[in-house]
Amino acid sequence: MVINPVLYARRRAANAIFIALSISAAIFGLIWLGFILGALLKDGVAALSPTLFTEATPPPGSEGGLSNAILGSVMMSLVAVIVGTPIGVFAATYLAEYGKHTRFAFVVRFVNDILLSAPSIVTGLFIYEMLVKPMGHFSAWAGAAALTVIVIPVVVRTTENMLLLVPNGLREAASALGAPTSYLIRRVTWKAAQAGIVTGVLLAVARISGETAPLLFTALNNQFMTTNFNGPMASLPTVIYQYALSPYEDWHRLAWAAALLVTATVLTLSILARMLENKQRN
Amino acid sequence: MNWRRLPTDFPHKMADIALRDETSSDARLLADRAQTTRRASAGDKRFHFLTWLAAALLLLLFAGVIISLVIGSIPAVREFGWSFLTTERWSPSRERFGALASIYGTLVTSLLAMLVAVPVGIGIAIFLTELCPRFLRRPIGIAIELLAGIPSIIYGIWGLFVFAPWFQEHVQLPVIDSLVDVPVLGSLFGGTPYGIGIITAGLILSIMILPFISAVTRDVFETVPAMLKEATYGLGCTTWEVMWRVVLPYARSGVVGGAMLALGRALGETMAVTFVIGNAHRIAPSLFAPGTTISATIANEFAEATSEIYTSSLIYLGLILFFITFIVLASAQLMLRSLEQRAGK
Repeated sequence: MVINPVLYARRRAANAIFIALSISAAIFGLIWLGFILGALLKDGVAALSPTLFTEATPPPGSEGGLSNAILGSVMMSLVAVIVGTPIGVFAATYLAEYGKHTRFAFVVRFVNDILLSAPSIVTGLFIYEMLVKPMGHFSAWAGAAALTVIVIPVVVRTTENMLLLVPNGLREAASALGAPTSYLIRRVTWKAAQAGIVTGVLLAVARISGETAPLLFTALNNQFMTTNFNGPMASLPTVIYQYALSPYEDWHRLAWAAALLVTATVLTLSILARMLENKQRN
Repeated sequence: MNWRRLPTDFPHKMADIALRDETSSDARLLADRAQTTRRASAGDKRFHFLTWLAAALLLLLFAGVIISLVIGSIPAVREFGWSFLTTERWSPSRERFGALASIYGTLVTSLLAMLVAVPVGIGIAIFLTELCPRFLRRPIGIAIELLAGIPSIIYGIWGLFVFAPWFQEHVQLPVIDSLVDVPVLGSLFGGTPYGIGIITAGLILSIMILPFISAVTRDVFETVPAMLKEATYGLGCTTWEVMWRVVLPYARSGVVGGAMLALGRALGETMAVTFVIGNAHRIAPSLFAPGTTISATIANEFAEATSEIYTSSLIYLGLILFFITFIVLASAQLMLRSLEQRAGK
């Protein structure tokens, strides 16, 4: 065999350059992400204290916590999930069990994927036009509605994928016993896809717990502790936004603490979701 | 027997009927069977309709978004028409509004983000599928997927407090000093080193979409049949040749689709940008200068917009943003769909 030494050397050199570039890309990317998590831990942990959970957001210059923002985030997310989950699961059931390859199902799937990645600030504008403007004031209901619009597509996407994983043999067995389709779906398919459906809900909660843009002009913000859904309500992301952009040092600290809380929540939920998803796939 | 009770005794009843039907002509049983089947089929239709309704609701939501944006922007459209798109000036005090600076900022920051994130993201994906030692592959892969889920406001606050000051001191100052006499680059990278500005926003965006691009690209690379790669390696090709000549061409539409999805995110991204762009409604020649994007303008000014024409102009901006991202996301969907279909064959 004849080897062309020049060509061979050139190919090896090209390969070496390529490998070096690819490895440095990986290092470069991971370093930035490491920096972000590092800063978050450094500044966030320094700002953590028990009063975060017991006191409301303070005026500049005085001590305080984030309790009203935490409560607001939890309450609005809860409403969004309670409203959004059934709608999402039903729509996904339609796509996976009834619609399948029809034109209507294709259009719904397409629209769902658009809604899934559409800019969330547009969702805020939509809810502003639909709820805030007719009602005449900002409210936690509007905030929860905006979050619902974000929850639904996430639940639809995950649930449909999970329903499709359920083996057809199960459906056929139930049908053969004479079970009507609706009974079969609720008792067999949903049951078999249980872990997968919960995965979708967890992912949806993870997604909305950091959403800021849709809350800015729906739920607005509130300095005080409130459970009144008819008025403005604080949430962790909007507190981060407002406090980080303020000139006050102690507000910055609270913003970092809130950022750490949000990130920890999102990461915990994503890890849980991933574990459940693996359980579903096996 | 009512519908609520159906789940518990229904199968027994059906099995009962199915088993006894052949041998018995008991009139009561037959009537029971007819009734049960009727109930079941009515319940079936109801359930089918409910699921259909939920699916239709999605279309309604989508239509609602478009309609509400269109209605909300009518006053601004009446007032400014198409010239809204080509006017740079944005003056709330005189109630004259133009979107050009916002559109310019949106496009330029996203373009910068893509310029950095696409090559680096593909590099990470190649590293993960071909070069990374096996025991590191899963942890790094999972870490990247988790990072893709971190909310954008976290990138924003980091950009404002950590990245912008560092960038100002260690990149902007030296670059401005060294390029001040160079003709084109001098104005592209000139001016005052604020730290925040168009280029800072673009870089933060690129860090934000990086995990997303890497994760999608890696998934696409994994759909390439191992046999194709092995055959190429068997011919004596280097890793670079396998990736460049076989894997990338095979996965092309998936990589482009993933990049377009990321572009859709970058275009509509609000929080990561709002913190670091500087909110200036003008188109400066320098990339270091502060600017604004559509989403940053809306986020900053909407709650303070008092007059109807001001609010309406902001909603008009939202409509433009929705239109741009729709086009990008729709083409991304179509590309990824075609890949899915090919993988399914």
